[in-house]
Amino acid sequence: MSADPGLTGTPGDQPGVPALLLRSGRTSARSVKELVIRLLLQVAAYSTITISLGILFVLVRETIPFFAAVAPLEFLTGTDWTPLLEPRQFGVLPLVAGTLLVTLIAGLFVIPVGSLTALYMSEWASARFRRVLKPFLEILAGVPTVVYGYFALTVVTPALQIILPSTRVFNALAAGLVVGIMIIPTVASLSDDAMRAVPRALRDAAYGLGATRKEVALGVVFPSAFSGIMASYLLAISRAIGETMIVSMAAGSTATITVNPLESIQTITGFIVQVSLGDTPHGTTSYQTIFAVGLLLFAMTLLMNMVSIWIRDRFRDSY
Amino acid sequence: MRIKKLLALASLLSFTSACGDSVDASSGALEGTISIDGSSTVFPITEAVAEEFRKVEPKVRVTVGVSGTGGGFKKFTVGETDVSDASRYIKDKEISACDSNGTEFIELPVAYDGIAVIVNKGNDFARSMTIAELNAMWKSGSKAKTWKDIRPDWPDRPFRLYAPGQDSGTFDYFTDEVNGKSGNCRADATFSEDDNVLVRGVAGDPEGIGYFGFAYYTENKDQLNIVAIDGGSGPIVPSLETIGSGTYSPLSRPLFIYASTKAVQKVEVDAFLKFYLDEMGRLAQEVGYVPLPEHLTKAIVARYASQKTGTTRDMDVSFEARYL
Repeated sequence: MSADPGLTGTPGDQPGVPALLLRSGRTSARSVKELVIRLLLQVAAYSTITISLGILFVLVRETIPFFAAVAPLEFLTGTDWTPLLEPRQFGVLPLVAGTLLVTLIAGLFVIPVGSLTALYMSEWASARFRRVLKPFLEILAGVPTVVYGYFALTVVTPALQIILPSTRVFNALAAGLVVGIMIIPTVASLSDDAMRAVPRALRDAAYGLGATRKEVALGVVFPSAFSGIMASYLLAISRAIGETMIVSMAAGSTATITVNPLESIQTITGFIVQVSLGDTPHGTTSYQTIFAVGLLLFAMTLLMNMVSIWIRDRFRDSY
Repeated sequence: MRIKKLLALASLLSFTSACGDSVDASSGALEGTISIDGSSTVFPITEAVAEEFRKVEPKVRVTVGVSGTGGGFKKFTVGETDVSDASRYIKDKEISACDSNGTEFIELPVAYDGIAVIVNKGNDFARSMTIAELNAMWKSGSKAKTWKDIRPDWPDRPFRLYAPGQDSGTFDYFTDEVNGKSGNCRADATFSEDDNVLVRGVAGDPEGIGYFGFAYYTENKDQLNIVAIDGGSGPIVPSLETIGSGTYSPLSRPLFIYASTKAVQKVEVDAFLKFYLDEMGRLAQEVGYVPLPEHLTKAIVARYASQKTGTTRDMDVSFEARYL
């Protein structure tokens, strides 16, 4: 049996640093290398936590003076958002409504399109077609968001104005649809992976019982892969909530609460861009709004992530 | 191989040195960089002057940014730029920033601009509006929704508002004149920093009404209808004459450049500014603005020659009298 403890046993019972050094009586080159590698990887892993906490810390620190000037209740329940206009009002609900409207449109678009694409890829498509389709999905994923934004403003909106004449020059629908297009690869790829992870045996059993391809796809594969598919939806929606470039360019900067997707709205991310790039003086309450809404956005995506993990664990079928 | 490389390098060098010497050598002797930033409204004039200046002094690099009047002043006060474009007077807090950074400025009006209020081509009823009506339409907290709410004999259809963004000097000026306080504006308008978007918006929306600089209106005359503004002495349509003479009021305003005294000591900056004051009458008109009258231009040239610093903002006399 090798005397080097680094090669055997599970990671949990790795000997500590002193043990590593004491065990052989002298430091072998091998154990030092092991040590260095382990430390390097630990630093990388911990840095993720440190950076996340650092970001959270900065957001909270800059938000404290904001909430000294604006009551949190007014912020969270107010329906007028005019931090750059006179008189200043700080009710964040219009931004939340705008974000949710764009996300809803994106979700309603991408969930059917992405899932059906994934289903087709995993159950019907020939290997050759899959080889052609995958690169196109990669292309969709690789298009820069600023190009998507430009596309929404100059192609999608005029097209919508032909079909639905009351579409405004900035509107939530064009932005939502293009955000949906942007996240198709996320849903399609992850759902496809989830569906392919369903064992062949399950499918074969269903075929053996005389099921058609459609019955197998919808009745066996889809439900079995559901937790993975659900996780892909939630990941895509988190991305849609945080999407900045497309909504900044195409959705508008009118902070208002509306369910009409043909109107101009403003999302949280669009507002942050507007203030950051503008000439609002630093240190004023109007400027600090970006940290407050940033914290809100952080909380929203964190919540989505936690829900996603919970659902994945709750509905996971292990094979 | 070495000789070939050397020959290639030599020919490249001689080729590049041959370029750029196609201008009259006697006036092309100045060198240096001039950095200008500020208002997007003043930008077309300054850029036109810079282009013409480049033909006379090709070795001088003039860069003109568009960070907005406020953004331009932020850089100007700390000495990052030599000249600041501004579509409004310098503010108190900007003056104190100058004081604390040891920057002194020379205030030079360069042209007049009017704010044009425009409606869709198919709008045949809104031919003129009073300032009070504009106020009722645009003020913060306004409950007006339809044209009828503004004037009883107008149609009972909802109007839709298009405005420059909150960082724009045009927005500051309009809200200040119409609503009494810069920044006072209702929140449900379509805001955009890009005037082309506003043109597209109003041109494509039968119930649209918006405002932007007069130059953009003249460029897009065929897509929009102009609204005559009644500032107390009857409805006046903006034009070169009415803006220049001040009859189109209160929506006509002066445009400025602010030059730092430190920068002016540089030979190339001094030459550029003298050139600017000489050419601004012709070039402002070319880009759609209203040139200052002859006597005022002469006074501005004299003001620059005497290097008179400080702002005339708080002088209690008519605009022209501040400089004559």
